[in-house]
Amino acid sequence: MDFVLVILASGVATGTVLLYATVGEIFSERSGVLNLGVEGMMLVGAMTAYKVTAATSDPWLGLLAAMLAAGAVSQVHAFIAITLQADQVVSGLALNFLATGLSLVLGEGLTSLRDVVPTLPSFTISLLSQIPWLGRILFTKQSVMVYVGYIFIPLAWYYINRTRPGMHLRSVGEYPAAADSLGISVFSLRYFYVFVGGMMAGLAGATISLSISPGWFAALTTAGQGWIAVGLVIFAQWNPARAAVGAYTFGALRRLVLDIQGPTTLLGFANPFFYNPYYGFFLKMLPYAFTVVVLVIGSREANRKRIGTPAALGLPYIRGQRGL
Amino acid sequence: MDQTNKPNEITNVVRMQGIVKRFPGVLANNQVDFELRRGEVHALLGENGAGKSTLMNVLAGLYRPDGGTVIVNDKVVNFSSPRDAINAGIGMVHQHFMLVPSQSVTENVLLGLDEPRFRMHLPRYNRKIAEIAGQYGLHVDPAAKIWQLSVGEQQRVEILKMLYRGADVLIMDEPTAVLAPSEIEELFKTLRSMTAQGKSIVFISHKLHEVMEISDRVTVLQKGVVTSACLPISSVTRADLARLMVGREVVFRVEKKHVEPGEVVLSVKDLQADNDKGLPALRGVSLDVREGEVVGLAGVAGNGQSELAETLVGLRPVLGGKVIVNQKDVTNKPVKFGIRQGVSLIPADRTQVGTAPNLSVTDNVIMKKYDQAPIGQGWMVNALEANKYAAELKEAYDIMVPTVDTSVRLLSGGNLQKVILAREISSEPKLMIAVQPTRGLDVGAIEGVQRLLLAQRADGAAILLISEELEELLSLSDRVYVIYEGGIMGEVADGDIEKIGQMMTGTRLEQIEMQGEA
Ligand SMILES: Nc1ncnc2c1ncn2[C@@H]1O[C@H](COP(=O)(O)OP(=O)(O)OP(=O)(O)O)[C@@H](O)[C@H]1O
Ligand SMILES: [Mg+2]
Repeated sequence: MDFVLVILASGVATGTVLLYATVGEIFSERSGVLNLGVEGMMLVGAMTAYKVTAATSDPWLGLLAAMLAAGAVSQVHAFIAITLQADQVVSGLALNFLATGLSLVLGEGLTSLRDVVPTLPSFTISLLSQIPWLGRILFTKQSVMVYVGYIFIPLAWYYINRTRPGMHLRSVGEYPAAADSLGISVFSLRYFYVFVGGMMAGLAGATISLSISPGWFAALTTAGQGWIAVGLVIFAQWNPARAAVGAYTFGALRRLVLDIQGPTTLLGFANPFFYNPYYGFFLKMLPYAFTVVVLVIGSREANRKRIGTPAALGLPYIRGQRGL
Repeated sequence: MDQTNKPNEITNVVRMQGIVKRFPGVLANNQVDFELRRGEVHALLGENGAGKSTLMNVLAGLYRPDGGTVIVNDKVVNFSSPRDAINAGIGMVHQHFMLVPSQSVTENVLLGLDEPRFRMHLPRYNRKIAEIAGQYGLHVDPAAKIWQLSVGEQQRVEILKMLYRGADVLIMDEPTAVLAPSEIEELFKTLRSMTAQGKSIVFISHKLHEVMEISDRVTVLQKGVVTSACLPISSVTRADLARLMVGREVVFRVEKKHVEPGEVVLSVKDLQADNDKGLPALRGVSLDVREGEVVGLAGVAGNGQSELAETLVGLRPVLGGKVIVNQKDVTNKPVKFGIRQGVSLIPADRTQVGTAPNLSVTDNVIMKKYDQAPIGQGWMVNALEANKYAAELKEAYDIMVPTVDTSVRLLSGGNLQKVILAREISSEPKLMIAVQPTRGLDVGAIEGVQRLLLAQRADGAAILLISEELEELLSLSDRVYVIYEGGIMGEVADGDIEKIGQMMTGTRLEQIEMQGEA
């Protein structure tokens, strides 16, 4: 039992990273801009957070810097996709290479600072941790970022679905011409939400390097979680509440894959993953395989309507184009 | 400015003076004057491409004029966006609706407004909007999502959007083109209740009987110039209007020569197919069309007509039954196979299916000929020949466009339809499937299209005419089938409009005849 609770608890922690990245991408995609650079922006965030914290010994400052840096990087994509109206897939991939390269260069030498750099606090919420099982999973010795995540989910959902700015966000991603005809600035809203998406990716990266698995390990810091987030957006059908379910589930699966190789027996049988470590590679591959499947399903034209893809996702908006 | 208006005198809400608007190669509006009184319905008429939409887009703040002044409530205005126009009380309902499908009616109405500030308070605004809707007889559920609504209801949402913003002037660009007859009645009631409450309406339509019914005054444009300004409707007849628009007499009912029907060209047996959402759209349709015959398919929009047209040409998979063209089974064969059998389609959707909007007129008209000599030479397209061919068609079909290199997305609705017709008819089809071929066309163009279709019939082509326009269907067709919820309700050859009407609402012919005998 303990084994399960531990996996679930650390799954929630790992899942928090995915949560921030996924919800950030949801904001961007809801406004109609697909940003495939999540992985790169997370790396920029993780590196910036670590570097700034190393220099200032203030992890909160590191967190803030990470958000701003990743947000700034995202604006490169915004400019290419929104103003220059270029292909968003190509631009997103390019951004990914750019951001990854940037963080690897600037992050040089950070790896050796492990255990020197302060991290974000973890704590137990005494009252809530008394709840049987759930208390141990959700509220015991978790990072502050995990708790912020809990609050963030309903807020994001409420913002998108029940507020005026949220309605404007959705309209810009569904039918920009309609929004434009009523005086909503499609351009500035899209820039803004791409920036939000970038900041959230930066936050996700900082959450890794300052809290969940502290340190800078170059590209292994994020290890492709940005790509999983892109897949989760489709799984979540652009809904933050579903994104939370997906993110925590995936977090738990990632932990399970790591931890399952530990014990010598599994359910009374000899543990194959212990005796043949190569099976572990196969397990580690599974989340990415899932991402590929979800992306294929999500990009099929026939499925787009059914799963609620924002109708204008990936399409540049050109005002006054005839024959819409 | 006119300061002499006494309070009791009729006041002009809008005056446009000397409006000039140029597009590359076209003078869309040339010194146009227009005025609109409080509480009137003012019809704006003109052929396709005459510049009606352009003029109204200037008034609605979408286009900036190259010259002239716009005066609203005795103040010169200079709109730089639709929002400015709305703030001045001018709202426009476009031919393409500007509604977000995934959002509710209320959300669409509130879109872009500063209030509510943050929280939406949907129930409260639902009530407020229901109230305004009730005031003008606009029946629509404020909580419904746009995609759930019929076209008529969506149009009501567009009107509501403008009324909620306090528009005093409502511009309606071909509002009836997409409506079923009952919805048109309903719209007219709303328009009347609006004018009774002091609002003014600009009404653009090509259907002259509607113009006669609803409007108080008419202004006619011809090639960007006003030819008749502000005629009271009581002083003109429908024939007068047609003449003023087109500049010649127009025949409303083209005469049809007797043609002896020949062999069966199209034979459809028990056809079944699904719609885009995967629900059954055709539930066993059987019909046939012979050489030299125009067969009409009547029905309210959305009863499977577009799916039928698509399955017949091979654009939609057939799930059951057979399509036979000239004794050859074309069921689920590639589109090209059908084209070789002489099948030709005039689709309802001109911009998505009928043409490639960003390509030139030339590229669009050679789409069926690009691989045949002299245009296609081996794997090359002979651009000179292609342009020559396109220029010939431009002449023959009177397509109004500066050059054949213009992208077709810049063409007016009528001219776009002519491009499609030119391509399809010049492929000398044996079977022609025409879906709403005259929708949105002016009276002169309608006459032209109808003549072309009848000429095809005289040449022995089989024509399946799918239309919601009963008058046209009856005047062109030799026989009429009626479709309802994906099934054929019956077939009439005598043009009995009573029976067709009953079948369109789901009564089978046998039932009608049984009632008749009883
Ligand atoms: N955005 C544009 N760019 C270039 N040319 C245009 C544009 N809009 C309209 N035109 C041209 O201006 C002319 C007038 O077009 P307009 O749409 O005003 O005609 P209309 O009277 O509304 O015709 P219809 O009855 O077919 O709707 C046409 O020749 C059209 O091709
Ligand atoms: Mg028009």
